[in-house]
Amino acid sequence: MIKALRTSALAAALIAATSLNAAAEVVYHRGNTADPETLDQHKTSTTYEANILRDLYEGLVAYSAQGKIIPGVAESWNVSEDGKVYTFKLREDAKWSNGDPVVAGDFVYSLRRILMPETGAKYAGVLYPIQNAEAINQGKLGTEELGVKAADDRTLEITLHSPTPYFLDLLGHQTGLPVHPATVEAHGSDFVKPENIVTNGPFVLKSFVPNDTIVAQKNEHYHDAENVKIDKVIFYPTEDRGAALRRFQAGELHTNNDAPVEQVPFMRENLGNQFRVAPYLGTYYYAFNHESDAVGDADVRQALSMVIDREFLADEIWGSTMVPAYSFVPEGIGNYGDPAYADWMDMDLIDREDKAIEILESKGYSESNPLQIEIRYNTSENHKNTAVAVADMWKPLGVEVTLLNTDTKTHYAHLRDRGDFDIARAGWIGDYSDPQNFLFLVESYNSGFNYARYNKPDYDALMQKAAQTVDLEERAVVLKEAETMFMRDLPFLPLMYYGSLSLVSDKVSGFEDNLMNIHPSRWVSIAE
Amino acid sequence: MSVTSAEQSSAPVMGRSLWDDARDRLLANKAAVASMVVLTVVTLLSIFGPMLSPHQFDTVYRDYVKVPASLESYPRLDQIEPGFESVAKRARMKVESYAMVDDKITATVTSRRSISEKATRYFDRSDLFEGAVISNISADKKSATVTADVQRMHFYFGTDANGRDMMTRTLIAGRVSLTIGLLATFVAITIGLLYGTTSGYFGGKVDLIMMRVVDILYSLPFIFFVIMLVVFFGRNFVLMFIAVGAVEWLDMARIVRGQTLTIKRQEYVQAAEAMGVENTGILKRHVIPNTLGPVVVYMTLLVPKVILLESFLSFLGLGVQEPMTSWGVLISEGAKNLQGAFWMLFFPALFLTSTLFALNFIGDGLRDALDPKDR
Amino acid sequence: MVRYILGRLLSAIPTLFLIITISFFLMRVAPGGPFDLERPLEAKVMENLNKMYNLDKSLWEQYIIYMKNVLQGDFGPSFFFRDFSINELFAQSLPISIQLGLSALTLALIVGGIMGVSAAIKQNRGVDYAVMTAATLGVTIPNFVVAPCLTLFLGVYLGWLPVGGWGGGAFVNVILPVVTLALPQIAVIARLTRGSMIEALRSNHVRTARAYGLSGYTIIVVHALRGAILPVVSYMGPAAAALLTGSVVIETIFGIPGIGRYFVQGALNRDYTLVMGTVVVVACFVIIFNLIVDVLYAALDPRVRFD
Repeated sequence: MIKALRTSALAAALIAATSLNAAAEVVYHRGNTADPETLDQHKTSTTYEANILRDLYEGLVAYSAQGKIIPGVAESWNVSEDGKVYTFKLREDAKWSNGDPVVAGDFVYSLRRILMPETGAKYAGVLYPIQNAEAINQGKLGTEELGVKAADDRTLEITLHSPTPYFLDLLGHQTGLPVHPATVEAHGSDFVKPENIVTNGPFVLKSFVPNDTIVAQKNEHYHDAENVKIDKVIFYPTEDRGAALRRFQAGELHTNNDAPVEQVPFMRENLGNQFRVAPYLGTYYYAFNHESDAVGDADVRQALSMVIDREFLADEIWGSTMVPAYSFVPEGIGNYGDPAYADWMDMDLIDREDKAIEILESKGYSESNPLQIEIRYNTSENHKNTAVAVADMWKPLGVEVTLLNTDTKTHYAHLRDRGDFDIARAGWIGDYSDPQNFLFLVESYNSGFNYARYNKPDYDALMQKAAQTVDLEERAVVLKEAETMFMRDLPFLPLMYYGSLSLVSDKVSGFEDNLMNIHPSRWVSIAE
Repeated sequence: MSVTSAEQSSAPVMGRSLWDDARDRLLANKAAVASMVVLTVVTLLSIFGPMLSPHQFDTVYRDYVKVPASLESYPRLDQIEPGFESVAKRARMKVESYAMVDDKITATVTSRRSISEKATRYFDRSDLFEGAVISNISADKKSATVTADVQRMHFYFGTDANGRDMMTRTLIAGRVSLTIGLLATFVAITIGLLYGTTSGYFGGKVDLIMMRVVDILYSLPFIFFVIMLVVFFGRNFVLMFIAVGAVEWLDMARIVRGQTLTIKRQEYVQAAEAMGVENTGILKRHVIPNTLGPVVVYMTLLVPKVILLESFLSFLGLGVQEPMTSWGVLISEGAKNLQGAFWMLFFPALFLTSTLFALNFIGDGLRDALDPKDR
Repeated sequence: MVRYILGRLLSAIPTLFLIITISFFLMRVAPGGPFDLERPLEAKVMENLNKMYNLDKSLWEQYIIYMKNVLQGDFGPSFFFRDFSINELFAQSLPISIQLGLSALTLALIVGGIMGVSAAIKQNRGVDYAVMTAATLGVTIPNFVVAPCLTLFLGVYLGWLPVGGWGGGAFVNVILPVVTLALPQIAVIARLTRGSMIEALRSNHVRTARAYGLSGYTIIVVHALRGAILPVVSYMGPAAAALLTGSVVIETIFGIPGIGRYFVQGALNRDYTLVMGTVVVVACFVIIFNLIVDVLYAALDPRVRFD
C-alpha cells in the first residue's frame, strides 16, 4: 500500500514537472473567499465576485496594483465646469476576446442593461448619480432617457444628476464593467457560460465548476497583453479559511484573500511576510435600535461606547487584524480629512469608566434596576468572541447582557423586517473611497441600512447640503459636521476599522497591499 | 471484561430474575465497573468542578488571551516587568526604578501630572497585580513609590480566545453535553426501539407504512426544521431535545426493525405465539431483549453524534448560548485553533473521549450481561 | 419477491410526493429569502427579482408550478448559483459524491468487517481490545478534527498528498477524503460486526457446524458471518444514503465539488430550488437503499419473509 502510494505520488510529481516544462505555462493559483453567485457583472454584489470579474473585464477605468483608479478602456476623460458631464475618450486598441473592437455603444448598452428593472441588478444603486438612473431602475422612465450617450465609437458622454466627486471611483466598481452586446442578445442569461462568454479584460473564462475552480486563460486580444505575466489564473473558493491556510502552506495556493483570524500568532511566527494585514475601507459596528427602551437614550449609548476597550478587541480578539475605531468613517478615506473622533478618545479607560457609571446612575440605573441589553449577531467565531468581550466590558457598569446568535440570513432579515432588538452587529465595507458612502447609512430615508432607525432632520439636511456642494474642501467640512453629529448621537457604535488579511507567497510579486484590497491578476507575476 | 468469570459467579441460583442476574454480571465486569467510576467522576466534575475552580467560567482575563496550558502559575517572569510598565504608562507614570523580591514589586515612578493614591486602581485592575499601594508621594506630587503583589493564577488547561479559563469551561461544558448526550440518546433509543419492534413484528402493511414515515422524516431538510423551531419558539433547552430526538431515532428504528424481522421467525417466538402469549408479552419478553445487542452498540455511537450535533444547533442559534458552552462547541472552536492553540482542542476532546470510552465499556458490559443466551 | 419489490417501488411515489410537499412548505417558514443580503435591495429590484423567479405568486401557485416542473424532470434554476440550473449542478456534483461515498463505503465494509470478525474471534484478548479502542476513537473524534490533522501531517509537513482540491478525481486527491469519510463508518461496522459475530459464534447452527468438524474458515465465513452481517446490513441502509449524498465537512475542508455542501449552502442562502433538489436526491437514495437492504435481508436470512 505504502509503496503504491509512493509511486503514484512520484508519478503525479513527474506529470506536474513535465507539464510545467513542456508548456512553460505560468499558472496562478488564487484562493478567493467564495464562489460567485453569477459571473454576470450586472447581477453581482460582492467583493469576491469583483476579484474575478475585474480579471475578465475592463471598464472605462481600471485599478492599478496599488488600488488606484487608472485609465482602462477610456484613455482619457474630461469633466465639465459644473462637475456634471464626463466625456471619455476610448482607446483605439481596446478589443473583445473575439477580436471585436470595444466601442462607446457597448458602454451605453451595458449601463442601460444594468439599470433596466428586468435585469434585476442587485447593485444598480451604485450608478444612481447618473442622470435618470434611479427613475429608470424603478421603472418610471425608459432606458433611452439615461444620461449616457455615444457621440461616436470612441467618445462616450455621461451626464450626472448632480456633481459627484467620487464618480470615477463608482465606475471602477464591477457594475461599471461592460458586457458584449451581441453575445448577450444571442444567448440571454447564458452568455456567462464558458462556451459563450466574450470578455474584454486581461483574461477570458475557460471553465466554472461550482465549489471547485474557475479557470481563466490569458486574453491575447487584450490591449496590454504583452505585460500580463500570467497565462492562466485558477480561482479556488476557500470558504474554510483554516483549510485555505493549509493549502497555502503546502504550496497549493499562491495567494488567498483571507486568512483564519484564530491563527494570527501562528501565521505571524511561521509565515513571516507571507501573511499580510493592510488597513481596509470598512467599519465593524454595533447598531443601536433607537426604538428600544434600553438604548433609546443618546447618553446611555455614549456611556456604553466609552467603556469599550477597543484596543483589546482589535489586538487580542482579532489578533491586530483590525484597528480600534473612534469614528465611524475609517481613517485614510478619500475626499476627507481626519474623521470626527469621539471627544473622549484620549481619556484613559478607567476614567471613561467612571464617567460612564456616573451617566448610567444619573439615568436611574442601579444594581437593583440594571440596564438589560441583548446583543444579536450572526454566527461566527469572531463575532461571538467580540460580543463576549464587549459584554464583559459592560459588566462594571452593571449592565446585564444576553447574547443571541442566528445564521446570517435570519440575522439580516430580522434587521430588515424591523424586528425587535437592542443591539445588532453589522459591518460596512465602502464601495468607493468617500465619506458619503459611510454617512448615508443612517439618513432617515435610508430604510435599508438605517438599522438604528435614526431619524434626525438636521443630519439629513447636512447630507443634502454635502450632496449639492461641488468644492471638495467645503464638502468635506459639511460631511465632518454630519459625522460629528453622528458621533454625538451614536446611532451606530463603531468598534473597529476593518483590516484586510491575505496570504501571499514569496514567489508572487505585484500583489500589493492597498486600502481597497484590490489586486488584479494582471499585475501579478510568479517566480519559480 | 471477564465474561467467563461472570458466568461462574452467577451459577444457577433458583428464583432470580433476569435483571438480578444481569446486574450481578455487570458488576463482575471489571472494565464496566471502572468505566462507571470514570463516568461518575466526569459527571461529578461537571456538576461541582465549576464551583470549586478558582476561576469563573465566564471571567475574561484580558491579560491572558490564549495562554498555553501549564502547571506553572501565570504571569511568567518575563511578562511581569513589561506588564508593570505598561500599566504604569496607562496611569501616566514613568517607571524610574523597579525591583521584585518574592512576587512583591517595589518601584519608583514619576509623572508629569500629579500622582494621587487613586492611581492604584490601574494596578489592581490588571490581571497581573493586586494589593497595590502608592506611598512616599513627593511634595510636588510628581514622584512616588508603588508597591504591588504579583497576582498568581493557574490555567491548567490554558485559556481561550477571550482569556477565559479552559478548565472551568471544559468542566461546565460537561453539564450540557452529558445531559443532552445521555438524555437525548435515551429518548431516541426508546422511541426507536418501540417503533422498530412494532413495525418489524407486525410486518405487512403496518411495516410498510411505518417505514415510509421514517423515510419521509429522514429526507426532510433538517436545517429548516431547526430554524423553524428557533423562529417560532425561541431558544429553549427542551427544543434542543426535540430537534435531536426528532432525527436520531430514525436510524435506531430501522436497525431494530431489521433485527425484529429475524427474531420473530425464531422458534421461541413461534412457540410463544402458539401458546397464545399476547403480542405485548412477546415483544417485551422475547423481541426487545434480543435486539439489545445492536442497540447497545448503536447507543455508544449515538452519544458522540448527539453531542457534536448540539454544536451545529448552536451554530443555528438553537443550542447553548455564550457564555455557557458545551463540549461540542469547545471542540469545534478548538479545531479552528489547531495550529497555534492546540490546548483549546485537546482538553475538551480528552473529556469527551474518556466519557465515550467509559460509555462503550458500560455498553458492552450491559450487552453481555443482558444477553439471554449467556445465562 | 418481484411483486414485493414492485409494490415497494409503487409506494415510493406517494412517499416522494409527501416529502416534496412537506419540505416545500417547511422551507418557506424560515425567515429571510434568497435575495436578502447584508445590503438590502431597492424595492423595485426586489419586486423584479421575485417576479422573475415566480416568488411574487401565492405560495400555493408556486407549489403547483414547482410540482409541474418536477414532473417534467426540471428542478428549476438555482437562486444562489445563478448561472446554473439545479439539474446542471447535480449532474456535475452527484457523480463525485457517489464516487467518494462508494469508495468510503467499500473501504469501511472491508476494513470494518475484518476488524470486527477478528475482534470477535479473539474476544477479550489483545486484538479485541485494540480493535475496540481504535473503533471508539474512530467514532469519538469528529471528522472536522480528523481532516485538518491528516492534511497537516500528510499534506503540509510530509508533503505526500495534496491538501485539497478534487483534481478531476485523481487518485492522490481522493485518498484523504475517502479515509476521513470512512473512519467513523469503519468504527461502527467493526463494532456491529463484533457484537453480532460473538452471538453468531455461540448459536446452535455454528455449534453444529463445529461438531461436524468443519474448518474454522468455513464456519466463520459461511455460517457465522452470514447471520452476523444482518445488523450491519440494516445499518448500511441509512448509512449508505448518507455517505453517497456527500458530507459538508469533508467537502468544505478538502475543497471537493460534491453535493454535500449544497445542503448547507442551499439552506443558509435560502436557495429554495437547491434545497428541494437535495431533498429529492436524499429521498431517492433513502428509498432505494432501504429497499436494497430489505431485499438483501430476505436473501441472507431465509426465515425473513415480507408478506
